[in-house]
Order: sequence, then C-alpha cells, then structure tokens
Amino acid sequence: MSVPAVTLRRVGYSIRGTTILEDIDFSLESGEFLGIIGPNGGGKTTLLKLLLGLVTPDRGEVRVFGRGPRDARGTVAYVPQFASFDLQFPIRVLDLVLMGRLGRSRTLHRLGADDHRRAVEALERVDSAGIADRQIGNLSGGELQRALIARALATEARILLLDEPTASLDSRSGTGLYDLLSGFRKTMTVILVSHDVGLISRYVTSVACLNRKLYYHGSKDVSREIIEAAYGCPMDVLVHSHSHREVPPHAPEGEA
Amino acid sequence: MLEALHHPFFQRALAAGLLASIACGVVGSYVVVKRMASISGGLAHAAFGGVGFGYLVGMPPLWGATLFALVCGGILGWTHRRIRESLDTLIAVMWAVGMALGVVFVSLAPGYAPDLMTYLFGSILLVPPVFLWVMVLLDGVILATVALLFKEFRAVSLDEEYCRILGLPTEGIFLGLLVLVALAIVVLIQVVGVILAIALLTLPAAVGRQWSDGLGRMMVLATLFGMGCTTVGLFLSYWFSASRGLDLPTGPLIILLAAAGFGLSGILRRATVRRPGAGAAGR
Repeated sequence: MSVPAVTLRRVGYSIRGTTILEDIDFSLESGEFLGIIGPNGGGKTTLLKLLLGLVTPDRGEVRVFGRGPRDARGTVAYVPQFASFDLQFPIRVLDLVLMGRLGRSRTLHRLGADDHRRAVEALERVDSAGIADRQIGNLSGGELQRALIARALATEARILLLDEPTASLDSRSGTGLYDLLSGFRKTMTVILVSHDVGLISRYVTSVACLNRKLYYHGSKDVSREIIEAAYGCPMDVLVHSHSHREVPPHAPEGEA
Repeated sequence: MLEALHHPFFQRALAAGLLASIACGVVGSYVVVKRMASISGGLAHAAFGGVGFGYLVGMPPLWGATLFALVCGGILGWTHRRIRESLDTLIAVMWAVGMALGVVFVSLAPGYAPDLMTYLFGSILLVPPVFLWVMVLLDGVILATVALLFKEFRAVSLDEEYCRILGLPTEGIFLGLLVLVALAIVVLIQVVGVILAIALLTLPAAVGRQWSDGLGRMMVLATLFGMGCTTVGLFLSYWFSASRGLDLPTGPLIILLAAAGFGLSGILRRATVRRPGAGAAGR
C-alpha cells in the first residue's frame, strides 16, 4: 500500500477561542479528486492552509505523503482565489507562471532554460500557451484562473489545492475548468473547495462536507446517496439561503 | 541657457538629479506595485530624526538619517506580518516621532541652529562633491541587489502568501526591499528632502507603470521620467533665476513637474489605449 497523499489525525484548530476545525480525521489516496463543500466560515480555507503548512493545528497531526506540511513544501501546489489579486500588477502571464519555479532551490536561484520550458509546458497543459505574453490585467476571469493553475503546475507538485476556482466564472468557463482538472487526476491528487455542489459532483471522485467537522464519505463512486448525504450534513448554505443562522442545532455560531 | 552647464554647482546638481532618478525609478517601482507608499513616507520622516541625531552627537546628518531609516525599516519589516491591523498606526507614529525627534535633537545640539529647510525640502544646488560618490555607491548597491533578486522581490510584491507556500524566505526578502527603500530615501534627502522624497518614489514609477506590462520596463521608464523631471526642473529654476530674477526652490519645482507629467501621462494613456472590456476586473 502506498503512503496516502494526505492524512489528518484528530486535527483541531481554533482562533482566539473560536473553534474553526474540530476532530478532523481522514486520509486521501493519491490520484483522487476530492471536492470539499461547506458553508462560508465552515473552515474550508483553513483546512487548505493546514495542508500548506501556513497554519499549525492546535491538536492532532497533518501529514502530506507521510511528512509534515512544512517539510512537504514543494509537493503541494495552491491556486488561490483570484479576486484578491492586483490585476494592474505589471507582470506577464509567463512570468507569473515562472513564479512557481522560484522555490525549488535553496540558494539564490537563477531561472534557466529548463524552468522556462516547464513554465511553457504548464501553460500548454491548461490550453493557454497563447496568453503567455499578456499582462494579467488583460485576461478574462477564466484565463487568469488557468494562468494561476499553470503556476501551480509549474511547481511540479503532486497535490493541487484549489480554493473556489469557479467562484468568479460564468458556468461555461466553470465547466471547462472542471474538465481540465479531472484530466490532471492521472498524475496528481486534486483537492478543491467549492460552493458549487451540483457542478463538482459530476467530476470529483469523492466528496467531503466541511462545517467545523468533516463529513467524509470516502467513496470513489459519486453516487446519489453520497451527494444526498453531503446535502444532509449541516449544509444550510446550500439547502437554504446564504445565512448560516438558521442552522441545525449542532452547527456552530459565530465562526471566523 | 546651456551656459548653466559651465557652473560646477550646476554640473553637480545635474549629476545628483540623474543619480537620484536611478534609485527612484528602480526602488520606486517596487514601492508602487507593492503599495508601500505610506511605509516609505514613514521611513523618510523617521530619517529626519536621524538628521537631528547627527547634529546632536556630531556625526554627519546624512549618516544619522541612514541609521534611522535602516533601523525603522528593520522594525517595520519585522513587525509588518505580526501586527498587521495596527501597521498603519505604527507607520503614523514613526512618521511623527521621527519629525519630533529631529527638531528636539537639533534644539539640544551645541552651536548655532542649522538650517533644517535643507533637509526638509532638499538642496540639490548645494550637493557636496563627496556626496555624489555616496550616491554612486548607493545606486550601485541598489542596482546590484535588484539584479540579483529581481524575481524574488517581484514575487513578494505580487503575492506574499504564495511565496511562503513556495518556501521562499518571504520576510527576509521584504526586509531587503525595505532596506532598498531606506537607501533610496538617503539619496533623496539631499535632492528633495524628507517631505518630498515620497513624491519621487511614487510619481516616476506611477508614470512608468502606465506604459508597461512588465516590471523591468516600468523601472526603465520610471528612471527616464525621473531624469527628465530633475533635468528640466534644474534648467527651469536656473532660467527663472538668471532671466527673471526669481529664486524658485529647485526640489519642489521638480516635484511639481513630476506631478504635472503624471497627470499628462494619465490623460495620454487614456486617450491612446482602449482598455479591453473583457478583463477580469470588468466583472
């Protein structure tokens, strides 16, 4: 049996007394495409940050290919929500993608022909070789999202984390993006966080639902039961409106 | 008007303006894209405390300024991740305390009171020859550092969190950037003074950005624009003095020219470029 891509054992995390994540216990094999759904404030982004080693859990243990997240840096690539980007920043797409090559050396690293080639390959993998010379502000939302995915691919990571990749896309670009991501499954493990339950269920190999606790069904078949089970857990945001005030009694109030 | 070039003081002023423009164009580009204008302003004013400190303990005021700018840059670099929300307040405190210290130190200093206007608004016409060499040295340090760490500085400016994920020494890189800002400020104090330094760190770079889709080009354009402004400003102030008998302060004149150029460039940019409507920002 190979080492699981990701293992979390009884992980808990809180900020100033507010519990964000509680008793998270799960592992994910390589090559899976996991969709994590859950309401705002349910801890989805925090979970990604744990895997990236940006935050340390208060309790429990996070393992990425059997190593601590900080030691595993370079094996996990991240695609942030792009709404936070300064789109006026004077940088061309190819240079943005090359940024993914920066962390690979401990010493002062001059990017060479090999880095350049891999950046171009990464752009080709997301069908975006044509936008290499464009400034990032001149891209559509879908194009920028692909550029950010290419940057993540250029790191040659084995796990790809995506935070709400379709949040700002129209549904057609969103579908195209999922098609692309499910193609990556042959070479890497993909974990994506989304509100978009209906859409991701067609592409992912398993679904987890996160609302402080993780409801993970671990199935490779995305059956109707699993989706229903996901909806059935404290997912008011999906079933009801946008507020999680009207939540089942076990959902926490006032999360960060 | 070209007879101005025969005067040694004018030659030195011209050289100082051109040298300062290099520091402004290169460091200023990072200041603008990383949105460090208020940090830079805070450092410049903190440096004024160092000027006073220099007078108090009897060391060259610009050494004092360098010391204060570097120390305050270090403090900001170390705290900026840790205090985040109150960084703005810390900058304001540094800004005001630097000025207050400067004035208090000078009043305590032995001997007659120096003319503080020189440090507040610069004195490009009175650049000592030795300071030109200091500027050459500082420009050299800035250019060498940026040549070595161009991509790292750019990456940290664009996306600090991603740099941490990549395992880059993000804090160290940001600290390096602040050191460059501090050095650029030292260069600028002589030319335009602590109060106006922030303008030369932002205006040329802002113009450069309007006409660039890459950071390298932005630096080159910013440097050229800065050189244009300082040169024109110098000749203009010479002309006013020689043929109109008006003694206009050169530093402020340079800043006003740069501001006018920035406005003009913005209008020109709008007129010549049709922004693509489908940009990601256009949602």
